[in-house]
Amino acid sequence: MRIRQAFPVALSLALFGTVACGGGAESTTSQAAIIAIDGSSTVFPITEAVAEDFKASNGSAPVTVGFSGTGGGFKKYCRGETTISDASRPISTGELEACAQAAIGFIELPVAYDGLAVVVHPKNTWATSMTVAELKTLWEPEAQGKIMKWSQIRAGWPDQDIHLFGPGVDSGTFDYFTEAINGKSKASRGDYTSSENDNILVQGVAGDEYALGFMGLAYYEENRGTLALVGVDDEDPSNGDGPIEPSFEIVRNGTYRPLSRPLFIYVNPAELARPEVQAFVDFYLANAPILSKEVGYVSLTDEEMALVKARLAARTPGTMFAEHLAQSQKSLTELLQGHQ
Amino acid sequence: MTAGARRLAGDRLLQTLSILVLALSLVALMTLLYDVWSDGWQRLDWRFLTSNPSRRAAAAGIYPALVGSFYVLLVTAALSLPLGIGAAVYLEEYGGGGRWARLIEINIANLAGVPSIIYGLLGLSVFVRVFGWGPSVLAGGATLALLALPVVILSTREALRTVPMSAREGSYALGATQWQTIWHQVLPSAFPGILTGLILAMSRAIGETAPLITIGALAYIDFTPTSVMSPFTVLPIQVYNWVSRPQAAFAENAAAGIIVLLVLLLTLNSVAVVLRDRIQKARA
Repeated sequence: MRIRQAFPVALSLALFGTVACGGGAESTTSQAAIIAIDGSSTVFPITEAVAEDFKASNGSAPVTVGFSGTGGGFKKYCRGETTISDASRPISTGELEACAQAAIGFIELPVAYDGLAVVVHPKNTWATSMTVAELKTLWEPEAQGKIMKWSQIRAGWPDQDIHLFGPGVDSGTFDYFTEAINGKSKASRGDYTSSENDNILVQGVAGDEYALGFMGLAYYEENRGTLALVGVDDEDPSNGDGPIEPSFEIVRNGTYRPLSRPLFIYVNPAELARPEVQAFVDFYLANAPILSKEVGYVSLTDEEMALVKARLAARTPGTMFAEHLAQSQKSLTELLQGHQ
Repeated sequence: MTAGARRLAGDRLLQTLSILVLALSLVALMTLLYDVWSDGWQRLDWRFLTSNPSRRAAAAGIYPALVGSFYVLLVTAALSLPLGIGAAVYLEEYGGGGRWARLIEINIANLAGVPSIIYGLLGLSVFVRVFGWGPSVLAGGATLALLALPVVILSTREALRTVPMSAREGSYALGATQWQTIWHQVLPSAFPGILTGLILAMSRAIGETAPLITIGALAYIDFTPTSVMSPFTVLPIQVYNWVSRPQAAFAENAAAGIIVLLVLLLTLNSVAVVLRDRIQKARA
């Protein structure tokens, strides 16, 4: 008997739950107070750290951070769903149009540098350095199915299959590397092992003598014992002669071309009218130098950060990267000075 | 060797093989569990359960993710239970097994095999955008309910089929209507089986990451949901976030998060098993 009563009760409870939830939809709680951020998973650790300290310093609004990728973040930003977008590359032409159509503006604020490390197995004694041209030979779309052995990249290297590892096509890291090396964003051979998780790439390269991969510099720094760094030579003596191995210091001084990149936040100027948003962005720029280092990136120079703050104060609209970032011959400092 | 001896040898061979296969999967599972446990147990303490996420691995906790997972699961259960059972009752008791019902049946079976990210895309365009729910607990729970529905429907139908026809006929003979028969006889008898299916579906839902990331569930949030319209995160997303960090200390956090998720799952399963056994005993 007891069961016969228990069952209808359970079912009615479940039904009531459904109705109660449906009712909740109408009484929408105010989400206006929230500072919603989404975008690059590369920038995420910096934004997370800032959000954490912002709250600790008696921050005036709750902050939420997602990591749906630079592209996914801009899609939401240009629909007005987020206040700030994290990006590991400048906004693309298509994204610019989407934002313009929705009449959503942005202030482009660089907050840190990241280096892309080209890595091999520690037992790899031959590939201590590569030129940008050699990297292009290896990674360009035409290389697919053709450049399969180390010996095809440089004469004298072993006649062994080369195994490639890189980030997935949705990541800003992939976009940046392909643009810097192959000359066009997203133009890459497809026959490589890809993962959205850089730690998988670390494991892949660390377990394979004939592997080569690229990833954020922080991942190399945390795995120095199991990976070896490849110096990159852009064959342009004006910014450092010969192959250059990245380190946090070298990424900062701008000689590790073309594989060091700025990381950005894009802020909606209309939202800056909310005092808590203004407070958060100010807090972000004030703390980015220390926090970006703490989570494994490279801080901007003091001069650059001062220019970024001036950019925010002036509410400078538009992007500094009308031409593509990786091919730009100008340093970030010059770009910032030219676009105040 | 006589034919009989050969048959027995074959029997033993198959038995040995089955035990080997079982041992192999158990060893794989144990290795996995041991690996996670040895990485994560040191991080497990009360503070880990009650702290917000943090850039300092040692100070980071899973509180918002734990609460988020719980709320989302509640919404998922509240939506998929009545809808799933209702659909199954219609198909099994009223639908009559015509061509139409068979078509629906095939479709439901197919839905059970659709990759979860597809449900995420559906949830994003329907619940988040068209319905305007935003990336809320409600939208997340509804998306996971879609994912759970086929499992609930299929297992409920199985459970309904185990109820002997004589029970229904006995009920009719006493003058009960079809609805009275279903409500008072069929559903209570089938309840243990339905419960098992529901728990299986919930176990699948609680481990999902991809569809929730697609609908815009967050990775960093330092408050817990206050209503079904609040933004949220869940345990698997927190684990995914930590696993992809360069610093090894975050991998320990991820392992600890996985342990919590496992314990949650085991608790859920054991509650279901106990409940089912008690109901079965009470009926017997």
